[in-house]
Amino acid sequence: MKVFLKVWRQKNRNTPGTFKTYTSPELNENMSFLEMLDVVNEDLANNGEEPIAFDHDCREGICGTCSLVIDGKPHGPHRGVATCQTYMRSFKNGDEIVVEPFRAKAFPLIKDLVCDRKSFDRIQQVGGFITVRTGAAPDANSIPVPKENADLAMDAAQCIGCGACVAACKNASAMLFVAAKVSHLGLMPQGQPERYKRVKAMVTQMDEEGFGACTVTGSCEAVCPKEISLDFIARMNRDYAVALLKGDAKAATSGGAG
Amino acid sequence: MATLNSNIPSGPLDQKWEHHKFSTKLINPANKRKYKIIVVGAGLAGASASATLAELGYEVHNFVFHDSPRRAHSVAAQGGINAAKNYQNDGDSVHRLFYDTIKGGDFRAREANVHRLAEVSVNIIDQCAAQGVPFAREYGGLLDNRSFGGAQVSRTFYARGQTGQQLLLGAYSALNKMIGAGGVKSYTHSEMLDLVVVDGHAKGIIVRNLQTGEITRHNGDAVVLATGGYGNVYNLSTYARGANVTASWRAYKRGACFGNPCYTQIHPTCIPVSGDYQSKLTLMSESLRNDGRVWVPKRKEDCGKKPADIAEGDRDYYLERMYSAFGNLAPRDIASRAAKTVCDEGRGIGETGLGVYLDFSAAIARLGEDKVRERYGNLFSMYHEITNESAYQTPMRIYPAVHYTMGGLWVDYNLMSNVPGLFVLGEANFSDHGANRLGASALMQGLSDGYFVLPATISGYLATQNPGKRPATDNGSFKQAEENVQTLTKRMLGNKGKRTPDSFHKELGKLMWEYCGMARNQAGLEKGIKAIGALREEYWKNVSVLGEATDWNQSLERADRIGDFIELGELMCRDALMREESCGGHFREEYQYTPDDPETKQGLVNPGDVKRRDDQFAYVAGWEYAGAADKAPILNKEPLVYEEVKMSTRSYK
Amino acid sequence: MNLCQRIWNSSLGKKYVMALTGAALFAFVVGHLVGNLQVFGPPELINTYAHFLKSKPALLWSARLGLLVMVTLHIASAVTLSAMNKAARPEPYAGKAAYGSTAQSRYMLVSGLVILAFVLYHLAHFTVMLPGINGVGDFSKLTTTLEGHAVPDAYAMMVLGFQVWWVVLFYLVAQGLLFAHLGHGLASMFQSLGFRDHTWWPRIQCFATLASIAIFVGYAAIPLGIFTRVVGVDYAEQKKFELRDATLMPEKAPAAKEAK
Ligand SMILES: Cc1cc2nc3c(=O)[nH]c(=O)nc-3n(C[C@H](O)[C@H](O)[C@H](O)COP(=O)(O)OP(=O)(O)OC[C@H]3O[C@@H](n4cnc5c(N)ncnc54)[C@H](O)[C@@H]3O)c2cc1C
Ligand code: HEM
Ligand code: FES
Repeated sequence: MKVFLKVWRQKNRNTPGTFKTYTSPELNENMSFLEMLDVVNEDLANNGEEPIAFDHDCREGICGTCSLVIDGKPHGPHRGVATCQTYMRSFKNGDEIVVEPFRAKAFPLIKDLVCDRKSFDRIQQVGGFITVRTGAAPDANSIPVPKENADLAMDAAQCIGCGACVAACKNASAMLFVAAKVSHLGLMPQGQPERYKRVKAMVTQMDEEGFGACTVTGSCEAVCPKEISLDFIARMNRDYAVALLKGDAKAATSGGAG
Repeated sequence: MATLNSNIPSGPLDQKWEHHKFSTKLINPANKRKYKIIVVGAGLAGASASATLAELGYEVHNFVFHDSPRRAHSVAAQGGINAAKNYQNDGDSVHRLFYDTIKGGDFRAREANVHRLAEVSVNIIDQCAAQGVPFAREYGGLLDNRSFGGAQVSRTFYARGQTGQQLLLGAYSALNKMIGAGGVKSYTHSEMLDLVVVDGHAKGIIVRNLQTGEITRHNGDAVVLATGGYGNVYNLSTYARGANVTASWRAYKRGACFGNPCYTQIHPTCIPVSGDYQSKLTLMSESLRNDGRVWVPKRKEDCGKKPADIAEGDRDYYLERMYSAFGNLAPRDIASRAAKTVCDEGRGIGETGLGVYLDFSAAIARLGEDKVRERYGNLFSMYHEITNESAYQTPMRIYPAVHYTMGGLWVDYNLMSNVPGLFVLGEANFSDHGANRLGASALMQGLSDGYFVLPATISGYLATQNPGKRPATDNGSFKQAEENVQTLTKRMLGNKGKRTPDSFHKELGKLMWEYCGMARNQAGLEKGIKAIGALREEYWKNVSVLGEATDWNQSLERADRIGDFIELGELMCRDALMREESCGGHFREEYQYTPDDPETKQGLVNPGDVKRRDDQFAYVAGWEYAGAADKAPILNKEPLVYEEVKMSTRSYK
Repeated sequence: MNLCQRIWNSSLGKKYVMALTGAALFAFVVGHLVGNLQVFGPPELINTYAHFLKSKPALLWSARLGLLVMVTLHIASAVTLSAMNKAARPEPYAGKAAYGSTAQSRYMLVSGLVILAFVLYHLAHFTVMLPGINGVGDFSKLTTTLEGHAVPDAYAMMVLGFQVWWVVLFYLVAQGLLFAHLGHGLASMFQSLGFRDHTWWPRIQCFATLASIAIFVGYAAIPLGIFTRVVGVDYAEQKKFELRDATLMPEKAPAAKEAK
């Protein structure tokens, strides 16, 4: 099979980009979408044109590096998979496929189809953790976790941090991502002490990064390679409301001398 | 010649670590922040080490080539992590985990290291649970376990099929906490391209910013590499495409010895290769072998048939037949080699004939489809995505693929390489798995190194260095190292060759798989060394790298890494050629059990099983760079001394 | 920071404002509908109701003020959040609507703004009774007697007002958009306030759909019922002369009075 690609090419952030059209070499339907791009790139390089830059790493749907908006949908036509798990058998011979980068103010473009998702890290750095020093942990079985909670926490924790939720959302909102982390930690007994502080800090950072707000369109859930549920956003909304009402913690008085 | 002193503490095996921690010099808390430690890598090993060192008060600078620390390939580990908790009351203990690991590694690992690993394993689970890692639980809320290859107890902790992801996110959260608190400075999209050695000590690195192309110098009182494994030397593997050997290799070129480079793990349950375009092989977790049965047709003629049309009596459940005690749970090296053997006999299945069945019909009959879905649903859907086949209806097709590298930079008991100040953790070092790694033990080792071992041992080195006296980045060694990197970049971009870097990688991969793969022999290895040497020469003449040095340039990134892989491939072949024995994942056809051997007759092993030669090869090979890629490297040996267990024939029958 | 600032300064806080004010507006919409549906009874019914409201100015004005605050807050949060949302995606995609989203959810601002325009018109139409915009005449002239007092004739105003096709059309379009707005908004409101999980979400969606349909049917029935001459046609015939200048058409006016 062969396909026609309409690909976004942009040298760097400061140079405007455009779509360019390429005809793929002969393909095999068992190729992954990224392998198809590899083949196209080899072809381009052999003809002296700079290959199309695109992000990828594990190629098995877990690292969250691959991105791409394929024909208007982040991570391609199927539900519950990442771009790297999208296979050419999902397309037909002769199809024109439009390939764009993830677009959001908080994900500035680096080159062609690659964008910078460090804003996600910064959100995690302000509170996406449970404060526990190495070595200070009690025996793992000393705090039982109800199985339902552990399972639900795992549903949220599966997030691969790819940013497809942001890419898909008409508001470029990061709510699903942040909610997944907040819910994962908020569902574990170990996460309780910092529960409200965490949600407040992470939401504040999320706003500062320039993501949009949630209007419950459901696009994020629909494109999430791990099918993380909007339920978690409600959970975060709940926690955040409590956090708002609680207000800022009172400054601690300094510890005793001696 | 380098000196490889293992620095194993004296005393009884089970007290070595305690004693060593006590006798290691400490750094006064006020002085800790005067020490700056460079950590390269943020996989399980790097992230846990960075976080913990920062908690202790050191100034930590962390570097990753990824866009985020969370992307390290540890994220892909599926099956689980071992720990000697004995929560199942099935007879597990620190000693048993130690013994299983030593035996699994075919008696080619250091006793003291492995024992420490087993001791620390229990703390790892505590630590991770406290971080909120959502491990699988039983209805009572306590932790669940599963069994894994090479062990007869259930000691593997897991989080669905995404254990590595969850553990990494735990370590990443610890790292984030310390980045947020200012204890760690994180550099992402930053690839280490050289190690700076000042007066014989590792004191810095040279880094390329992948976004801007900028080359910068970074100094530190110690340098920690946690840069992962090098299985991508085979091109096709279960590794992420970006996984590379560059950091280790550049350190090797600065004098660090490379330990046992030829020890490679080929994992038995991966999805078979389907075509030449393929970029990646996907692992199907070993946990599948808990319920799946491996078989091929008894007769060649049946190979073309649909599996359902092959009668039960015409199937050869070869693992159950050959290794009755462990059956489908035989260690990886054994299961892989058995698959190769039956395929070599012409009984492989699938289009290429390089495949065996992993069949769940018995499990589905016994447990019901729902239970099987609950246990393996995500793996089955992953399999379906890739192959368009449903493993609920027809057996999976699997074949071995390169998965892990037991070899790596040589380190002593303190995880310090022979270059003082250079520490190596996780898969990047050679230390704990001998010639074969058991399932679920790499995650354990990475976290043990990072959370518990390095933070305790690094002070021993730092105490010998004056606080605040690290060399500045205008020191001549920094300048020289930076120039080295600049020259290399210029050379690649200026090389108006005709072949893409990837085409070289493919060619290298084929050579490695052919000559240094699952079965090796002298003639093949000699051929391989020649062919790879020739490839290296062609590379520098004919590689073409498009784009610029000052921009995001993935061709340049890859070209850098592939150049190193080619040189590494040659070293691996040399190591494999030198090691005239078979052990674990290293199978030299010349050294295998025959039907006439007494061990075979006693029923300990099968004909064709690996045959060690303890009298001659009970040592770690530490290869030292001879100053030029075309000069034969120097072999240093660290003898393996076993005090606790006896090196014996590894039997899984 | 005090609570109000904390709420207003965060995107989630504004969503709470939007949801709570939306809920209040929804409550008003329901109440208003119940009141207006009295048009399907005899003229006295709704006129009594209207008179009752007017006779309690304190109550009426606090309700109006309350609504004004709700509307202002709702709109202010809607507009500021929408601006933030727009800014979050400076460069658009090549085409295709956001995958997996409904049109209702995508056009909330648009539906809201049309509803706003409608509400303004509706106020001018029946509350302020601006004569030039209703296509009929000066509603303030319509009066009737209740318990011996002369009071404005709300019933007549409605039955006359909805005989104008373009007014009816505008009302229907606005109701349609309100239906769309609430079909998404009512469910979204629960989500924004955090009342949702996997068992409740289908129920919430079901509620949102049913409620928005009910509101649409209820509100649409009024102009449609009148326009299709099911309701109040005789009364309108009589009352329309009151609108005309009495000096111009004196001969028909008494007939209307007789009917009473
Ligand atoms: C598919 C798969 C499944 C597995 N399943 C299991 C399992 O179930 N149980 C188990 O115990 N083990 C498993 N393993 C093995 C285990 O996951 C790895 O051995 C382990 O996670 C390695 O961790 P690490 O921290 O050493 O390295 P990695 O996680 O590979 O991290 C390497 C880090 O180094 C950085 N880096 C590398 N080079 C440079 C450079 N030059 N400059 C800057 N940064 C650099 C990278 O950015 C990255 O952060 C699996 C492995 C694979 C591939
Ligand atoms: C009768 C009048 C109105 C009613 C009953 C109403 C009701 C609601 C409700 C219940 C919500 C859901 C709140 C949430 O998502 O949390 C909502 C959201 C919204 N409303 Fe209104 N609204 C009305 C008028 C308006 C007006 C005049 C505007 C115009 C500016 C408007 C714009 C919006 C917007 C933009 C949203 C957000 C959509 C979303 O979050 O999905 N609404 N409305
Ligand atoms: S490349 Fe890792 S998720 Fe797609």
